Amino acid sequence: MYQATYHKPSSVDAAAAAIAGSEDGTFLAGGQTLLPTMKQHLAAPSDLIDLRGVGLSGITVDGSTVTVGATTTHAEVANSAALASACPGLAKLAGGIGDPAVRHMGTIGGSIANNDPAADYPSAVLALGATIITNTREIAADEFFTGMFSTALDEGEIITAVRFEAPESSAYAKFPNPASRYAMTGVFVAKTGSGVRVAVTGAGSDGVFRHAEMEVALASSWSASALDDLDVSEDGLLSDIHASAAYRANLIKVMAQRAVAAAG
Amino acid sequence: MSTGIGARVKRKEDKRFITGKGKYTDDIRMENQAYAAFVRSPHAHAMVKGIDKSAALAMDGVIDVLDGHQLTGDGIGNLICGWAITSRDGSPMNMGAWSALATDKVRYVGDSVAVVIAESQAIARQAAEMVIVDYDELSAAVFADKALESDAPQVHDNAPGNLIFDWIIGEEEATNDALASSAHVIDVDLTNNRLSPNPMEPRAAVATFDEAEDHYTLYTTSQNPHVARLVLSAFYQVAPEHKLRVIAPDVGGGFGSKIYIYPEEITCLWASMKTQRSVKWTGDRSEAFMTDAHGRDHISNVKLGFDANHKITGLKVETIANLGAYMSLFSSVTPTYLHATLYSGQYVIPNIFGNVKAVYTNTVPVDAYRGAGRPEACYMIERVMEVAARQLGVDPAELRRKNFINEFPYQTPVILTYDAGDFDGNLDKAKAAADVAGFAARKAEAASRGKLRGLGYSCYIEACGIAPSAAVGSLGSGVGLWESAEVRVNPVGTIEVLTGSHSHGQGHETTFCQIVSERFGVPIENVSIVHGDTDKVQFGMGTYGSRSGAVGMSAIVKAMDKVEAKVKKIAAHQLEASEDDIVIEGGEVMVKGTDKKLAWHEIGLAAYTAHNLPPNMEPGLKEGAFYDPSNFTFPAGCYIAEVEVDPQTGVTEIVQFTAADDFGTIINPMIVEGQVHGGVAQGIGQAMLEEVVYDDDGQLITGSYMDYAMPRADDLPFYTIEHNTTVCPSNPLGIKGCGEAGAIGAPPAVINAITDAIGTDELSMPATPQKVWMAIQANAVPQAAE
Amino acid sequence: MTQGNNTQVSMIVNGKAVTRDVPDTTLLSEFLREELRLTGTHVGCDTSQCGACVVHLDGKSVKACTSLAVAHSGSDVTTIEGIASGGQLHPMQEAFNEHHGLQCGFCTTGMIMTGIDMVNRYQAEGKALTSEAILQELEGNICRCTGYHNIVKAIEDAAARMGGRSADMAVAAE
Repeated sequence: MYQATYHKPSSVDAAAAAIAGSEDGTFLAGGQTLLPTMKQHLAAPSDLIDLRGVGLSGITVDGSTVTVGATTTHAEVANSAALASACPGLAKLAGGIGDPAVRHMGTIGGSIANNDPAADYPSAVLALGATIITNTREIAADEFFTGMFSTALDEGEIITAVRFEAPESSAYAKFPNPASRYAMTGVFVAKTGSGVRVAVTGAGSDGVFRHAEMEVALASSWSASALDDLDVSEDGLLSDIHASAAYRANLIKVMAQRAVAAAG
Repeated sequence: MSTGIGARVKRKEDKRFITGKGKYTDDIRMENQAYAAFVRSPHAHAMVKGIDKSAALAMDGVIDVLDGHQLTGDGIGNLICGWAITSRDGSPMNMGAWSALATDKVRYVGDSVAVVIAESQAIARQAAEMVIVDYDELSAAVFADKALESDAPQVHDNAPGNLIFDWIIGEEEATNDALASSAHVIDVDLTNNRLSPNPMEPRAAVATFDEAEDHYTLYTTSQNPHVARLVLSAFYQVAPEHKLRVIAPDVGGGFGSKIYIYPEEITCLWASMKTQRSVKWTGDRSEAFMTDAHGRDHISNVKLGFDANHKITGLKVETIANLGAYMSLFSSVTPTYLHATLYSGQYVIPNIFGNVKAVYTNTVPVDAYRGAGRPEACYMIERVMEVAARQLGVDPAELRRKNFINEFPYQTPVILTYDAGDFDGNLDKAKAAADVAGFAARKAEAASRGKLRGLGYSCYIEACGIAPSAAVGSLGSGVGLWESAEVRVNPVGTIEVLTGSHSHGQGHETTFCQIVSERFGVPIENVSIVHGDTDKVQFGMGTYGSRSGAVGMSAIVKAMDKVEAKVKKIAAHQLEASEDDIVIEGGEVMVKGTDKKLAWHEIGLAAYTAHNLPPNMEPGLKEGAFYDPSNFTFPAGCYIAEVEVDPQTGVTEIVQFTAADDFGTIINPMIVEGQVHGGVAQGIGQAMLEEVVYDDDGQLITGSYMDYAMPRADDLPFYTIEHNTTVCPSNPLGIKGCGEAGAIGAPPAVINAITDAIGTDELSMPATPQKVWMAIQANAVPQAAE
Repeated sequence: MTQGNNTQVSMIVNGKAVTRDVPDTTLLSEFLREELRLTGTHVGCDTSQCGACVVHLDGKSVKACTSLAVAHSGSDVTTIEGIASGGQLHPMQEAFNEHHGLQCGFCTTGMIMTGIDMVNRYQAEGKALTSEAILQELEGNICRCTGYHNIVKAIEDAAARMGGRSADMAVAAE
């Protein structure tokens, strides 16, 4: 990889100052996407500002409010006893990201800031209607994901946590790409007092998206069979060597049904 | 516990691997070592107008940037194909020139035009990006069938129409007549998908030129270091053989892809002389996808005729084989003599005709990959048999059984003479182990869970231990296919075996010791194997084509014969007995029926002290042998795959995989079963997951594990393995060969099972979830309309 | 392309304190292989999928090819060279030999480190490590030789041996 200068600030403010002072710096949260990208010379940041020393790790459940610190690893989310009762769907999703070694390093903040169209977390964040807390503001999930590899984050803005209200019921069903094992289609369904939200990752040509028709159908009947007669449109879906838009459309429906069945 | 033939001896070589002490090529570090990085073409097809090295040369730490004109200017020869194939019109194959560094034209994405030598790998790689190559891009011929079209771009000037050869085997007219008069002709089009071998250790080379000695040393990831030295010397003119040492240390898998001598090794050797530095190159996985020889890539039409009694009347095959941008070392023999000679399968087929057109394209060179030609043949025969059974409405196992060859030796219409086999027995064992009788009930139970269950057979036969040398020479081989061995008994009785076979996972350090331990009654820990170094082992043809058991071990047996003869002479002399009465047993050399004996180590000592040897006997106890087999060996077996398909997603799970193999004598069942596991896994990979994909411009789409689906643990079943042994009459141990069988036999079993489950034969490899789902959808449409 | 920085990196590797001054972009795999010459940690891909490079970082499995050495200064690293103790192989190493869980050996070191990590995690959580679970846990480790059959058998057996060992130790401690 190209040379770069590493920084490990010990506070959010110091991290913000470090990125502001760099020529073309980037944040390093777990590195499980950034480092492979750098190794392949597809990214060449001048500076790497490691966020793992600024104290953003940990999960708190306060009443029904769940807050996951940005540098909490996938393994920590997957194994959190608090989450297992507050939002098992999220814990299960985290336990299926990458592989065990990746889960020991990768972080929720890194994942959502990158907004890879095949990443798992964005679907949960969107379906749970979470709030992304940064060092400068709070951003609703519906506003946060703005397209493939693109978010509402400003330059140098740091995600500090993700906060959401625990749903009544939620689950994630993932159909992995046979090669990469990233989500070729993943559907997160969440039922809360205010309704049902369904978010789809891996399938949209614009990244993660909500599926309005499914939300309506599931709001009227929270059951897999509620989606039986629903036709998922191929419009706006990805098509590549692994899966056509038609196949992804099918997977969206099947995964959504399986997620609802799993959510119970 | 026995450590002889048939014992499940734990591997002797494991300790260094499980403790991280294996020595692979990238683990070697030479004094004064520099690093190479290649400047590779981003285009599939382009003229090279010029190379601007100035920016790279100006970088700190860059030692030199070398190009193809310098390389050819120094007399380094072109890479060659080592097997001459003659077209049906008598003309020789059209081999285009392949320089290790391209001079005027690049022919695939990854073709290298220059090399940077620098003080570190990171600097070398960055500098390689700073070398500016002026390309004049040409349109590319990417797909084999399209490359034959009249308006296709020309890859090599001396291969008009991109045709390398147009080769035939068998009797065309008789076969056409037989098909014309058949009661049924089954006609199928099949594609054998293009694969990337993917040994887990990427290729690497460390080359050192010693100016004072005018001598080169090359550490490299090779399956056959002596062949590498031979080719590097005789054809690529790097150095004469006595001035070149090639060492293949621990090698992390090969599967065929490390047979060949690639541009990188040649370039590193030459660059070490140019720069007076040790030059190291370690490929990464991306380079492996871009440069390691790919496998398979056939498009075929198969016609199989039957009479009214369902006996086969004739087989006609027309195949287009994609050989990529250059002819790799064994690229020509893979789709011809390693392929079409197996068209008879396990069946009596009175008339066979095959035509193979080999084609240049702007893709990575294609060569032998585990199975090499035989998986392509097996897939055709076993798919068309299954389709035939479905179209004829008969049981697929019984259709096969009805047509099995059951008398040996059996001369096929396509050169080979099968020497031994028991095809009925293989099928019976597999059916019993797979509980085929209970399949209907399992299928019904699966249906109750919404799953489609299917069962598929594959009765494979293959030919390995390719030989004898005179025969392969007459078919065009540039090399002999014997093997050498040397058995050295030391003065203390310990034994070193030098072998020309090369182990890169096959466990030779254990199995080869077993046959020596058994023969001389020496504890297995007192036997060691030396291999992989041209300075230590006199010569060898290496390990590929499942030849190390049948050919490599046979050479050891022949050398042991000579050792035994000398041991008996020494013992007879010292014990004052007749040679004929001497027996070697349990580590002792004794006179039959008496208590007169010598310990094994006493014989060793006697041979080297030479105080009391028979008159005129030379001192020492070391014998060598070159063994040239009398025939190929013919491993065969029956595989049964049972699958469940989720019709909602097309996901297929292999719920049971049964292998009944006939490998002849088995030296170490544990290791043989490991070979079957791995071979079947690669076969399942081909059937369900793996495919190299290029786009229309010749860009490699599947350039990493992000897009090329490697079989992972949860993709694969646990295997049930049975053995049904008929001893091979063509070598002294009765061994057949087990390294490739799984990769040959598994793909049709899997596809036959999936197509059985989903009720349509319109399915190609790899049967990914998407393809299976689409096949189910396509099949459902007309039914819905009914 | 920018000029990078060098930093002094100190770690405990296989129980031994080491310090090296390396470029900030040095991967942990490079640090181990090139600086410390611990070449048992292998690199088989460049997209973090093959797992040949798995080591334990503060007791957890990580991919050394996807970690910066400088980011883990002060950490405790265990590599394949550090799991046998006093000439006694680790039960996972023994089981790989016993069950023929390796052929070419290249992926093996990562497999063993992954195997130990999964057994440790499952045993710590009191969960049964079934063969089905092992198949899932091996998602990040690719083997081209064995078809995984014997790797799974080896890990299953090692889990039993490791469980046995900790039980023995618990008894001894009482």
